[in-house]
Amino acid sequence: MKTTILYDERTTEVAAAQVDGEHVWLEADDFSAATGWKLESAGLCRGDACVRTEPSWRDPAGRVDLGAFARHMGQPIVHDEPNNVWAFGESVSTRREQLFSLEAPDFTLPDLDGNLHSLSDYRGKKVFMYSWGSY
Amino acid sequence: MWQVIYEELRDDGLEIIAVAFDAAGAAAVAGRIRANDIGERPEVLAALMGWAPDLWSRQSPPTYPCLIDENHTVADLYGMVNVPQAVWIDEHGRIVRPAESAGVIDMAKYMNRETFELPADVAENGVKARNSYIYALRDWVRNGSDSVFALSPAEVKRRLRGPDENAVLAATHVKLGRHLFAHDALDAAKRHFAEASRLAPDSWNYRRQSMMLDPGSVGELNAGPDFWAAVDALGDADYYPPADLSPG
Repeated sequence: MKTTILYDERTTEVAAAQVDGEHVWLEADDFSAATGWKLESAGLCRGDACVRTEPSWRDPAGRVDLGAFARHMGQPIVHDEPNNVWAFGESVSTRREQLFSLEAPDFTLPDLDGNLHSLSDYRGKKVFMYSWGSY
Repeated sequence: MWQVIYEELRDDGLEIIAVAFDAAGAAAVAGRIRANDIGERPEVLAALMGWAPDLWSRQSPPTYPCLIDENHTVADLYGMVNVPQAVWIDEHGRIVRPAESAGVIDMAKYMNRETFELPADVAENGVKARNSYIYALRDWVRNGSDSVFALSPAEVKRRLRGPDENAVLAATHVKLGRHLFAHDALDAAKRHFAEASRLAPDSWNYRRQSMMLDPGSVGELNAGPDFWAAVDALGDADYYPPADLSPG
């Protein structure tokens, strides 16, 4: 059964994942496709950032444990077993740093017609952003 | 309704962005949701939202962006726990007012649960709160950082509610729940929204979302027994804590 991984804004279906308790073993290519973190000599890297891998995150077949990596990064992990979907969230420290920097966190969302808007498109204006409910 | 304010202040550099939190996406939002009969009695809705008749009578469809946030991402990023809440962001992309009730005060506990009507004095307070909030918004748009309503960085930080472990875990359940909902795994989706609501009991967004997933109820104003039980459980606590418009 394929495994679905939700990581950042990505949704990835992985045929070759092996789930074992809290461990989610992925081929290195699948790991990179699912998370954007790529296995390099310095560790797992994304952009300028590299995280040194622990021996326990790797198995003899060269696979990497996404569960262990996410726990190391402080990311919340939620699993729906019947549907075999894993969701990885943001750590408290990442969210708090974003918010307390007072730099408004950017995001991109569609409008009712499906056109995408980013908050950063409106730099240079005063933005009044309000939430409303359809309920 | 903010369209009237938008037209007034757009040339002074104001942009408005509306964000709807709804896992069911544009299909649910597009219908503009009201209780079954409230669409025929718009004055009831105006009163509930505190819009003065002169503003209400000039309403027109929004020309500013109305965005759909199926994952409640903006709520997660900015710590929004209810609707309507607002954040003010200046020209440099800095938060000058963190998430707070956007011109509404707590009236849910005073309203008639069948007609949605409010006692006159409560309705009057609602209009006062709305007008004060609009006054503050105008002042900021026209005077920028000189406005007393543009809070200092220290004051913004003091007011910010940063997330805790339960909040980020709840947000992850919402992300998973939204995915399952989109893939027709309704029962599984409900479990995850319910868990998010349990983990983040302050979030009315999650609470409503977890009540709103049944296809038959998507697009309806949810004011069923579960909702009122939750409002009653607040006791003296606020459903909409009033925005603190004191200088900071």
